[in-house]
Amino acid sequence: MLRYILWRIITMIPTLLLISALVFTIIELPPGDYFESYVSELRAMGEAADLAEIELLKERYGFDEPMIVRYFHWVSGMLVGDFGYSFEYRLPVNEVVGDRLWLTILVSVVTIAFTWLIAFPIGIYSATHQYSWGDYGLTFVGMIGIAVPNFILALVMMYLANIWFGTSIGHLMDREYLNQPMSWDKFVSILEHLWIPVLIIGTAGTAAMIRRLRANLLDELKKQYVVTARSKGLHPVKVLLKYPLRMALNFFISDIGSILPAVISGAEVTAIVLSLETTGPMLIKALQSQDMYLAGSFLMFLAFLTVIGVLVSDVALALLDPRIRFGAGRHR
Amino acid sequence: MKPPMKTPLSEPGAPLEHFVSDAHYDPNALEQDKEHGGPAAHASQLRLMWWYFCQHRIALFSGIFLVLIYLSILISEFLAPYNLHTRNTDFIYAPPVSVHIFRDGELVRPYTYGQEMTLDMDTLRRNYSDNKDDIQPLQFFCHGDTYRFWNLFEADLHLVCPPEGGQLFLLGTDRLGRDVLSRTIYGARISLTIGIFGVMMSFVLGIIIGGIAGYRGGVFDMLVQRITEVLQSIPSIPLWMALATIIPLTWSPILVYVGITVILGLLDWTGLARAVRSKLLSLREEDYVVAAQLLGASSTRVIGRHLVPGFMSHLIASATLTIPGMILGETALSFLGIGLRPPITSWGILLTEARSINIIALYPWLLFPVLPVILVILAFNFLGDGLRDAADPYK
Repeated sequence: MLRYILWRIITMIPTLLLISALVFTIIELPPGDYFESYVSELRAMGEAADLAEIELLKERYGFDEPMIVRYFHWVSGMLVGDFGYSFEYRLPVNEVVGDRLWLTILVSVVTIAFTWLIAFPIGIYSATHQYSWGDYGLTFVGMIGIAVPNFILALVMMYLANIWFGTSIGHLMDREYLNQPMSWDKFVSILEHLWIPVLIIGTAGTAAMIRRLRANLLDELKKQYVVTARSKGLHPVKVLLKYPLRMALNFFISDIGSILPAVISGAEVTAIVLSLETTGPMLIKALQSQDMYLAGSFLMFLAFLTVIGVLVSDVALALLDPRIRFGAGRHR
Repeated sequence: MKPPMKTPLSEPGAPLEHFVSDAHYDPNALEQDKEHGGPAAHASQLRLMWWYFCQHRIALFSGIFLVLIYLSILISEFLAPYNLHTRNTDFIYAPPVSVHIFRDGELVRPYTYGQEMTLDMDTLRRNYSDNKDDIQPLQFFCHGDTYRFWNLFEADLHLVCPPEGGQLFLLGTDRLGRDVLSRTIYGARISLTIGIFGVMMSFVLGIIIGGIAGYRGGVFDMLVQRITEVLQSIPSIPLWMALATIIPLTWSPILVYVGITVILGLLDWTGLARAVRSKLLSLREEDYVVAAQLLGASSTRVIGRHLVPGFMSHLIASATLTIPGMILGETALSFLGIGLRPPITSWGILLTEARSINIIALYPWLLFPVLPVILVILAFNFLGDGLRDAADPYK
């Protein structure tokens, strides 16, 4: 088991390296850099730019050096927790980011938990009552959940919450807690605000999960061992709980790898619309102003989150399923 | 002595008599026999797929709906009552009008009431009310805004338009007084084609890359697998966002359109490549492939002529299921302001009009373009499900 976990962690390294190379290329691709647009913006406003300071920063971050060298600087910096410098905020990226990473993780994890809680019973119901009205109805509701764009859902929810509860849900916490250190009250306030983004982000993922769980469970229910168990007179509920559901549970855990990128994607868009204190709004701003280290760190972080999520699900799967634990372990 | 038994066989030792049955012989009898499979027994694979597909009612209707809506983008100019950029400055944020067909209890030609605008001087809000005396019967196949049809010739024929001097804003107008319905009809052109072009691109990339990886294996296969893994583990929307900001602001809207399509396609081929690869891995050991190789066929020919057609239907089905993601992606990017830019009009661009909560409260009809988005995505999902079920008729 330990060997398997170790092996999985080692295979993560080339993946992460490739991701970092890709991210770095992408943030390097736009023509020009932050300083060029910054200086021209200042000039347009009729102000003189402090060229000396800019030159200093440029030199410090090696803007004249070739791309490969800068890439290695960036990657080696990340290994020791130095994510570079945000030009727009004039602060190291670490300080700019602050709580945002944790809040992103919180939103994603809660969303996945929500997805599971909702999808599991509905998926089982749909599979065991195939082609019933309940199945059709739930499938249809789920399909609608897939089809409605997240941002529209966010806008409409914002509107409805405003009308029904009189709350503004534009943020992840009450205004007085913004920029405050973490405290119990702040935590409670976050929890109070959390449900709307979770609901919005969760809809699409939940619907997709219900469909896959239903399909998987249906395949399993058709197998001969289920027929045998039934023909021996075992109670249907017991048959379901004892065998097919366990098989479906495996899939449930391994599926995290495929829903996590979707959840994070949805979370970014929703966060921008609701202006949540997560990575989304800052990422898009950084991308637009070519604040490359900030944007790069965010992209890297989001990818890292997914890779870790897949790792966790793989390890959990190995714990659950002896075939993977004792098998080659390489086939996912 | 026993009487000789009645037997078709002749006496022992005697020459055998040639037996001919009198019954009419039909060489096709077995195949036409209903009990032996009926017409399905000798239907082609394509025909079988079609039958399976037709059984999936929702998928069939979705398919018809999509064909119709795709055909509609050929004649958007004719279907829309107004042109894309026609502004009616007297009717800004006008609400949708209702069409009446009864007047004084009698069935008459469909008509609408003229709208009267009053400005609320306290809130500066435009209030529109029906003017019951101003009856505007709808015109069909009438002459309205002129347009260049397919850039070939001038025309001004529209399916429906208001009477002379009247207005017809079936779904209201936006902040510049442009007709929301017309713009939604035009928006279909961009939103629907972006998905198709994106999928075509990822289709070609997926078959080529997955094909070579699966057929050749080795180092290339390893590399492709790593890259697929990496691309799949980066959340798509942030990656699209990052790539979309690369597109220079100076590009023309058409180039931006091409750029967004390329971005959507470039990141989407991984799923298809994986499917192609795993299929090829299992198929390349088959006898018919070895036979083709022994006959001297090149790998391109073996892949293209013998392997890929074998699971083309699966590929088309799974490609269909990726189109909704692309349409949603374009909508999200445009909504966030980093996708397409006006004057190109897609459904995402139209929805940017409804960006703030105040607008939703005051002018909810600006949200209408979300309806075609939902319908098209539902239809593609159902169609994809139906195609997938039909893809393997011998199951």
